[in-house]
Amino acid sequence: MAFTAFSAAEQKVDESARKRSPIALFLLLPGVLFLVLFFVTPLISLVLTSLQEPVPGGFFGEYRQALNWQNYVFVLETYGVQAARAFGYAALASLFALLIGFPLAYFIGITLRRFPLLQALALVLVIAPFFISFLLRTLAWKQIFAIEGPVAGLANAIGLLGPGESITGTAFSVVFGLTYNFIPFMTLPIYATLERLDLRLVEAGGDLYANPATVFRTVTLPLAAPGVISGTLLTFIPASGDYINASRDFLGSTETAMIGTVIEANFLVLQNYPAAAALSIVLMAVILVLVAIYVKRSGTEDLL
Amino acid sequence: MNRPLPEDPMVRRLIAQAKRAQLSRRTMLAGTGAGATALALAACSTGGGAVEAAEDISESDPTINWANWPFYIDEDEEGGYPTLEAFQEQTGITVNYNITVDDNNSYYATVRDQLALGQDIGADTVCLTDWMVARWIQLGYTQELNKDNIPNAANLSPDLQNPEFDPGRRFSLPWQGGFAGIAWNTEQVGELRSVDDLWSSELTGRVGVLSEMRDTIGLIMLNNGVDISGDFSADEFNAALDIFREQVTGGQIRNVRGNAYTEDLVNEDTLAAIAWSGDITLLNFEAGYEKWKFAIPEAGGTLWADNFLVPIGSPRKANVEQLINYYYEPEVAAEVAAWVNYITPVEGAREAMEAIDPELAENQLIFPNEETLANTAIFRGLTAQEENEFQAAFQSVLLGA
Repeated sequence: MAFTAFSAAEQKVDESARKRSPIALFLLLPGVLFLVLFFVTPLISLVLTSLQEPVPGGFFGEYRQALNWQNYVFVLETYGVQAARAFGYAALASLFALLIGFPLAYFIGITLRRFPLLQALALVLVIAPFFISFLLRTLAWKQIFAIEGPVAGLANAIGLLGPGESITGTAFSVVFGLTYNFIPFMTLPIYATLERLDLRLVEAGGDLYANPATVFRTVTLPLAAPGVISGTLLTFIPASGDYINASRDFLGSTETAMIGTVIEANFLVLQNYPAAAALSIVLMAVILVLVAIYVKRSGTEDLL
Repeated sequence: MNRPLPEDPMVRRLIAQAKRAQLSRRTMLAGTGAGATALALAACSTGGGAVEAAEDISESDPTINWANWPFYIDEDEEGGYPTLEAFQEQTGITVNYNITVDDNNSYYATVRDQLALGQDIGADTVCLTDWMVARWIQLGYTQELNKDNIPNAANLSPDLQNPEFDPGRRFSLPWQGGFAGIAWNTEQVGELRSVDDLWSSELTGRVGVLSEMRDTIGLIMLNNGVDISGDFSADEFNAALDIFREQVTGGQIRNVRGNAYTEDLVNEDTLAAIAWSGDITLLNFEAGYEKWKFAIPEAGGTLWADNFLVPIGSPRKANVEQLINYYYEPEVAAEVAAWVNYITPVEGAREAMEAIDPELAENQLIFPNEETLANTAIFRGLTAQEENEFQAAFQSVLLGA
């Protein structure tokens, strides 16, 4: 309790200092300009595009400005399944990334604390995949999971995979790809909080006769919460809009299309810009709502 | 205002230009809110009128930016392009050869806004497939070629001189052509003769097809006995689409992909596929032996060509005309064809090829004879409405339910 009280007080001091300084406002200017130019403007353009209607008798891909809100009804009716699938896959991927990322972060941030060299090395190992393009790594998994590849062969031999079944192109391979690609985004924020965790608090918990599980639940986990929250957000948000893993050219098939895949097809192939824009806005709105509920539920607004 | 436009492409183009002239500045401004400043500038630069061809500065600027597909020009071991280097030496024109076209649709999607404003898209010439070229010509996004500068255009193969989308070849000239047919892994599968053979139970889950609608659906339609060059109906298209959907949802077709379908053949995820002719030759070359075989199905294969065109905003048309003229020399065309293994549109290239490699001169995939060509068909041009309907139906299968 004392800990939270202290941090809250510190924050207050910070804020009042910020308000008084004109330099801070001046320094904000580039950021604000950037947001207006590259966020607000495209957003307005996106909303307007989502309300366009086809020019009657016009060319393929020819649209004009209107207030055609039916675009939203159309995309929800047509692509509801793919949207639901996207959020389902993203939630699963976040969960698996958390299950793998948390122990990893705990190991690096706490267990390896006494061996700085090993700790640095382990961190490099987590970050190392970033040195290779994410597209290449995903393509590599496609090769590993290929029908004639080693994994499918083994799965076949032990009866996990029936004849004629395959690993790629299934929900499994897409969720696997998402999880794999986002593990570093989950691990690093959790590591950052655990690395600063004051071990004396854990010790104090033990001194007060709490068993290790209780200490973990009541001390370590709440203190790691900011990392877990930002890790989940960093994973869930981009994973919901991902169109690479689920793409037919990577780990997906015609049965795994996510909302990103649908937006891509509408934009690049069907030239249906209003539908693509409406879907993007739906995606944004749903993420916003889900994230708001999540943050509210975890009761950690002040930690963000 | 809401009357449907006449079907005639020329009339449609004129109407579209007229409409653009009235609307461009106002709608552009209204349409984009805060981003309007940039667009307003762009709109001013075109004078707010119909899109007109850029002024030619070829004389003072001897360069060409050429956008093309991967593996589509002769290469040497150092990654240079021998025929292109010879052209640069001959003419003093610098050619920037950019491999930026990966897919007709996505290339179009990246440049269409600039085209609509008549701006330079960074390419003075680009090679696109017939149906996409048809769209560009219809929308007035291409410049008329001056044939006086391209005397070698007379070498164009007679059957390619009057395509429905560009009678008399005023706006486009073919670069290379090819077939879509069926290909299979000879080590694992016996000979395939028709598209029906792809649906055999032995191949369940091991068949790949192309995401290019005109090739995949075109082959199925041909198999159904439909003439894809003729005036087929939406019902005939939908009948083929139903077969396609059934094979996808039933798991017979493993994947629907673009040019990357070759990867699936190589790692043996797919044992048979709907494929493009030149790719299979290249795969066999890489494997070192004839592991895959390509055949035009008995019911017929599709024939397509990629064409040179000059985008409306390019100020270097005369240079491009020199380039096209050069590639229409039979000897040069033969040199390119020997490497890329696609059909060359240039008459006389076959005779020139006999000097380079007599065996290749007999290759039906590079120099198809009458008999081979009789068994192929070009997918007819679609109206905007058909394009919308057919593409949406095709994509709905690819995106699943």
